[in-house]
Amino acid sequence: MAINRRTFLKAAGLTTLAGVAGHAAMELLAPGALEAARPESVGRFPEELTAKRWAMLIDTKKFTTVQTYQRSIDACHVLHNVPHIPGDQEIKWLWTDSFKHVFPDQQHELVPDAIKNQPFLALCNHCDNPPCVRVCPTKATFKRDDGIVMMDMHRCIGCRYCMAGCPYGARSFNFWDPRPFIANIDPYYPTRMIGVVEKCTFCEDRLARGQIPACVEVSEGAMIFGDLDNQDSEVRRVLRERYSLRRKPSLGTKPHVFYLI
Amino acid sequence: MYNAGKIIPGLLIFLGLVTFPFWSNLGGAYEAPELVMPEAEEECVLAGDWMRANHMILLDDWRDLAVRDNKRLFTNDAGKRFDMSLTKTCLSSQCHANKDTFCDRCHDALAITPNCWDCHVVPTVGEE
Repeated sequence: MAINRRTFLKAAGLTTLAGVAGHAAMELLAPGALEAARPESVGRFPEELTAKRWAMLIDTKKFTTVQTYQRSIDACHVLHNVPHIPGDQEIKWLWTDSFKHVFPDQQHELVPDAIKNQPFLALCNHCDNPPCVRVCPTKATFKRDDGIVMMDMHRCIGCRYCMAGCPYGARSFNFWDPRPFIANIDPYYPTRMIGVVEKCTFCEDRLARGQIPACVEVSEGAMIFGDLDNQDSEVRRVLRERYSLRRKPSLGTKPHVFYLI
Repeated sequence: MYNAGKIIPGLLIFLGLVTFPFWSNLGGAYEAPELVMPEAEEECVLAGDWMRANHMILLDDWRDLAVRDNKRLFTNDAGKRFDMSLTKTCLSSQCHANKDTFCDRCHDALAITPNCWDCHVVPTVGEE
């Protein structure tokens, strides 16, 4: 059968119309039926811990040596398959650093030796105004409504803008496949792959299942985690009673990790 | 035509090379690999036929919902609830505990290498 151009164009046009109309009709008659996960079938765990604004307090009087911090660091790194890579290309979610590096604004020559030499715990500050989120070109790092600055490792292209943007050095880049550097892989948390940036996520996967962050859980009260928006929460009560510092306040990032002095 | 004696055989050789993948695979029918189904579970999260064709769509949706929307609880048509997690649900010891005899057999037969396993750990591998 011969087909001329006019007939072909007519048929092509009708087919396109039928396709578009068919999809529209499906959406109209059975909304969402063409999508895999229907929104009504997806929800949150009833035991999920929720807050309007998560925050963490670190009691620097209870944490005075690296050993006291180590339990929290180990708990975090074991749980999240954080590789142990020696040298300057280490991966870290939770680590210790000196007073002058953690609080450069507070440093002067008369700081007592005990404090000068004391290690301080450092982690992602889950800022209110996070520069890492602003500079991420793929939105792999984003801020949740409850204040957690999240990493979507699936979407990270490893450009490391966030590392340049973060004034706290809280992000690490995987220069190598991390798996050979993990002593015991926990199969229930993914490892990362080469070329991806990672950082502390306030254990958001644990919060979703009703557990507090791992570092807080093993800290024996030296770390407190809670809702800063709730006047009656423990974090607010302690912040009313004790003097606290935030890291690099002059930058205006509004960190939500508070150091009790 | 000038140089027809060279051009026509040249064209034929070229066509033969370009169409090589098509005629070299002619005749051999695709055989679906035999998969080892889970012993403990009878039903999948959604209907088996649908999952066979669309499991990547489901996993992709789960991934985005869990990471970006913090929604991690899936209820299927029968009202059964699932943790939206590749390792905690799909690859758990109760279900597709053996990646080699379930996932890989199909993926290998179709020459597909999903990059899920670059990060997600197969539980049995982690226990070794």
